[in-house]
Order: sequence, then C-alpha cells, then structure tokens
Amino acid sequence: MSAPSLRTENLTIRFGGHAAVNGVTAAFRPGELTVIVGPNGAGKTTWFNLVSGQLAPTEGRVFKGEVDITRLSPSARAKIGIGRAFQLTNLFPRLSVLENIRLAVQARHGAGPSLFRRVSAFRDIAREAEAHLDSARLSAAAHLPAAALPHGDQRKLEVALLIAMQPDIFMFDEPTAGMSADEAPVILDLIAGIKKDTSKTILLVEHKMDVVRALADRILVLHNGELVAEGDPSTVMAMPIVREIYLGVSDDGREAA
Amino acid sequence: MAVASTTDTPVSAATGPRRVPVGRLAVYAVVAIIGFCLAFAPFLFPDVRAQEVAARICVFIVLVASYDLLIGYTGIVSFAHTMFFGLGAYGTAIALKSMGPGFDAILLGGSAGVLAAFVLAVLIGLLSLRVKAIFFAMVTLAAASVMMVLASQLSDFTGGEDGMTYQVPRLFSPAFKLVEDADGKVARLFGVPLNGKIALYYAVFLSSFLLFAAMLRIVASPLGSVLMAIRENEMRAEAIGYRVVAYRTAIFCIAAVIAALAGVLRAVWLKYVGPDVVLSFAIMIDILLMVVIGGMGTIYGAVIGVVVMSLAQFYLKDLMEAGAEATAALPLIPHLLEPDRWLLWLGVLFILLVYFFPAGIAGTLMAKGGKKR
Repeated sequence: MSAPSLRTENLTIRFGGHAAVNGVTAAFRPGELTVIVGPNGAGKTTWFNLVSGQLAPTEGRVFKGEVDITRLSPSARAKIGIGRAFQLTNLFPRLSVLENIRLAVQARHGAGPSLFRRVSAFRDIAREAEAHLDSARLSAAAHLPAAALPHGDQRKLEVALLIAMQPDIFMFDEPTAGMSADEAPVILDLIAGIKKDTSKTILLVEHKMDVVRALADRILVLHNGELVAEGDPSTVMAMPIVREIYLGVSDDGREAA
Repeated sequence: MAVASTTDTPVSAATGPRRVPVGRLAVYAVVAIIGFCLAFAPFLFPDVRAQEVAARICVFIVLVASYDLLIGYTGIVSFAHTMFFGLGAYGTAIALKSMGPGFDAILLGGSAGVLAAFVLAVLIGLLSLRVKAIFFAMVTLAAASVMMVLASQLSDFTGGEDGMTYQVPRLFSPAFKLVEDADGKVARLFGVPLNGKIALYYAVFLSSFLLFAAMLRIVASPLGSVLMAIRENEMRAEAIGYRVVAYRTAIFCIAAVIAALAGVLRAVWLKYVGPDVVLSFAIMIDILLMVVIGGMGTIYGAVIGVVVMSLAQFYLKDLMEAGAEATAALPLIPHLLEPDRWLLWLGVLFILLVYFFPAGIAGTLMAKGGKKR
C-alpha cells in the first residue's frame, strides 16, 4: 500500500468547552476515495476546515505527505495541492462564471501578482478556464454573474472551481447538496473522472447513501467530533454503532437511502 | 467588468461576439468628452478660475481613482488617503521652499514624500490589514489624525495652520515666455498667451493622464482580477491560493504612492500647501463623495464623480446668483436661490444623485444596457 498523502494526528479543536473535533487520527492514500459520514453536527465540516486551513486546531497536527502543514495558511495549502470545495456555495457572486474559474486557474499559474499585462494577454489561462467550464457543462452561462445561476449550476461551478485548481487532494463537502436527481449525476461524473487518476486523493462528505455506495472505497464515521468507525463500505455500514447513529439521529441518511 | 450581464444573448454568449451595452458606451463617451475638455482646457476656458478648476479636476481624478482601487476594487475602507496626498504635497513644498525653485527640488522633495507614503503604507498594511475592515478603518483614521497634528505643530517645517507658499521653477511661472514671437513678446495661440502657466497646466494634465492610464492597466491586469475576487469573497480567494493579506498590502501601497504623486502635482500647481488644501478631513470626505457619486469599482466613475462635484462646488453659487437675479420679481424663489444657501442645494443634488444612481453614475449606467429590465 502506498504511503499516505494526507494525515491528521490527534486533530482537536475546542470552542469554549465544546470539542467540535476531538482527537481525530486518520490517513488517506492516493487513488483512494474516502467518504466521511456522520449526522449533522458530527464535526465533518469543522474537520475539513482544519485540514484546508480555515481553522487552526487547538491540538494535533496535519501532514501532507511527510510535511507538517498545521501552521500553513489556506492559500499556502492550496499552493501545495490541497483543494477544497464548500458545502454552502462559496463563489465570487458578481463576477462572471468564466471569471470565477479563470481566477482559480490563474492562482495555480502564479500569474496573480502581474500588474503590467492585461488579463487577456494570458491566453493559456483563458483557454484552460474555458475547458474546465466546458467539462462542467457551464459554457452557455460563461458570461453570467455567478449569483445569477440556478442553485444546481452554482454547485457545478463550486466543483469546477476545485477541479480548476488541479490539487493532489480533493476535498468535497456535500457536493450534491440541494441538487435535483437529474443534476447530481453531472457532479458524480466529474468526481468519478478525477478518481480515474490514481495519483489523486479524494475526500468526500456525503449523506446520500446511493452516492456513498457508488463512489466510496472507504468510509470514515464521525460522531460528536470523534472518529467512531472506519473501513470498507460494506463492513462499516453493517456496524451496529453506524446503524444506531444513522437510524437514530439523521434525517438525511434515511431520506436518501 | 466581466459582471456585465448578457441575459438577452443566451447560449451564444460563451463564444459569439457580445453586444456592447449602451450604458457602458455612454460612460465612455462622457469620459472621452471630459478628457477632451481637460486636454484643451486652457484654450476652451481661458479665464483664471476655470484654469484652477481644470487643474484641480486633473489631480483629483488621479486621487479619487487611486482611492477607488481600494474601496471599489478591493473593498478596503481607508481614511488615510489625504495623508498620502499630503505627504507628497508637503515633501515637494518643503524642498521647494528650502532648496529654491528648481526641478531638482521637485524631484528630491517629491521622491521623499512618495517614499514616506510608501513606507507608511507598508507599515499600516502589514500591521493591520489582517484585522477586520472596521478596525483597519479606525487605524487609518488615527494615522491621518496624527499626520494632521504633526503638520500643524511642526510649524518650522510646514508653516503650521497657515501652510506655506514658495516659488516653482521659472518654466512654470506666468512670466516665462514659452514661445516668443518676432518682437520678443510671448506668442499667442487662439488669443491665449503661451506662457509658463500653459506649460504648468500641461505638465499637470499629462502627468495625471499617465497616472490614470496606469491605473486603467492595473485594474485590467491579473492583479486587478485578484483584487475583485478579494472584494467578492475574501475567504474563497484565499482558499484557491491567493495570499489575501499580501494582495491587500500591495494595492494599499500602490494607491498610497499614486495619491502621493497626485500631491506632488497639486503642490507644484498651487505654489502653496496647507492643511486645508491637501490634508484636511474635508478633502477626505470630498474624495469619498466623488467616488460614491461616480461609481465605486469602475475607475471611470472617478472622472465623472470629480467633474460633477468640482463643477458643483465651484459654479453652483454663480448659477444660483444668476437664478436669483433672474427671478428677483417673483416671490420666495429668489430667496431659495440666495447664493448663501448653495450648500443646501449641493445636499439636494447629492440626494438626487444617490437616489437615481444608487451604484454611482458610471456604476449604474454600466449595469444598464446589457440587461433587460
């Protein structure tokens, strides 16, 4: 088995007395898609924030490969290949759809500090952005402001933004949340496409059980901020504790199942 | 910017040629007309007062546009913009006063003022652009207040509250004959004497034009696109790999340097600096009003905002006086148009402008035309 590309060690964050994430130690390998499940308030998104750098942990460390990245800013983590899509759509609302993606491509090319050349002079960046737009099937809306897109298309753009960053580690936070049944497959196809590249590590927070079954190589279960179970999907889903958490607490799990 | 909507051209919008919005063209046309008027101001409006207004408009377009880089493009609220303007102006003035009227003094004093503005901007930026917008605004307010106190207390250098007057290089004095005719007198073009005053106006105009063009380039550059991303969603800009603090500090320094250069131009034109003309909060408020009236985040809005405000400030009184005289026979109206009440009408003008152009004149017009309402 290959070495972990991402590791958290005893990762903990407390808000006042409440430990939102409590001593989570986990490792993730290239070519593996891990789904993180858990009821609402289990700490999934908080744990994501600790890994992608939006929050600093109270205790514990985060490693990318062998490098300790616990102290790095979100932008520094993005530069070394940790990419994150957000649960609540988190775009540049008044900028065009194409501009949203172009900004992500431009960041990776390191062209941001350039101030004497026009944006239009960077043709390779524009071309790449258009290609990403096309694979997310958003080309028709390229010049609309992101805020004018319907919800489902905003979710697609959110995912397209992450793909445009071309990270090694993809973190999706409920990418299909609030999408209709006929829209969700576009996103799932995009994720399946990333999965074909075995150098990529994929982390996915998801409630919908059909999505979990279709994509997961491995499942982590968080509950009250703690890691309570992990393993391959069939084993984990059969565990009594998982059934108890899901059937007892979560509405989403039942709905989608 | 790319926000311009094309709801009426679906599907083909991605590849086909986009329809140019009418409102945007109107803004370009107005700015072009203003540019033309400023470029030929000495010949179009030869009286002394109009010259003053035209020169002030040139310098303020630069000053207000540089402020728009902060507040309109990046979402940074700063109250220290006049401080940077003042540093450039005082640097130039002190050097001209102590070294005598020469270009070496302008170069040395101007550079010192610009450098001081840059260093101060780096310090303020690095120390406080991490904190929330409101705290940053407070820090800039404090810095600007300190600078005003310093300017009035260090009266040996700055002339205190009275400010100071000085000479500028001979090339820029009205007595200088830029072009002589056969008799050795100053030549005239369209009845306007080609003297040092013209040379000074064109030095101010061309410098302002170059600075404005540089800012147009900055907002169209990748850096400009990152600034807008930060304004729209700071957290996501950071998450896709932009160091938000570094970009904010960079644009704060760029804007400070441009404001200081505008200060140099102002000092050379006026041959006088004092707290009232380059450092006071009244000027800061003027800048804010101009950028809001013109339209934040449009750059061209600075041109329109400055012209509207300056014309109102300089000519509303005259207009009201004429109005009062013309209506002298009527009841009430001449009293309302009494020139002393000009501030009241200026206030009414602002309210109307903000009501009809909520995103500023340029901002509101640019949003129209492409969009069907």
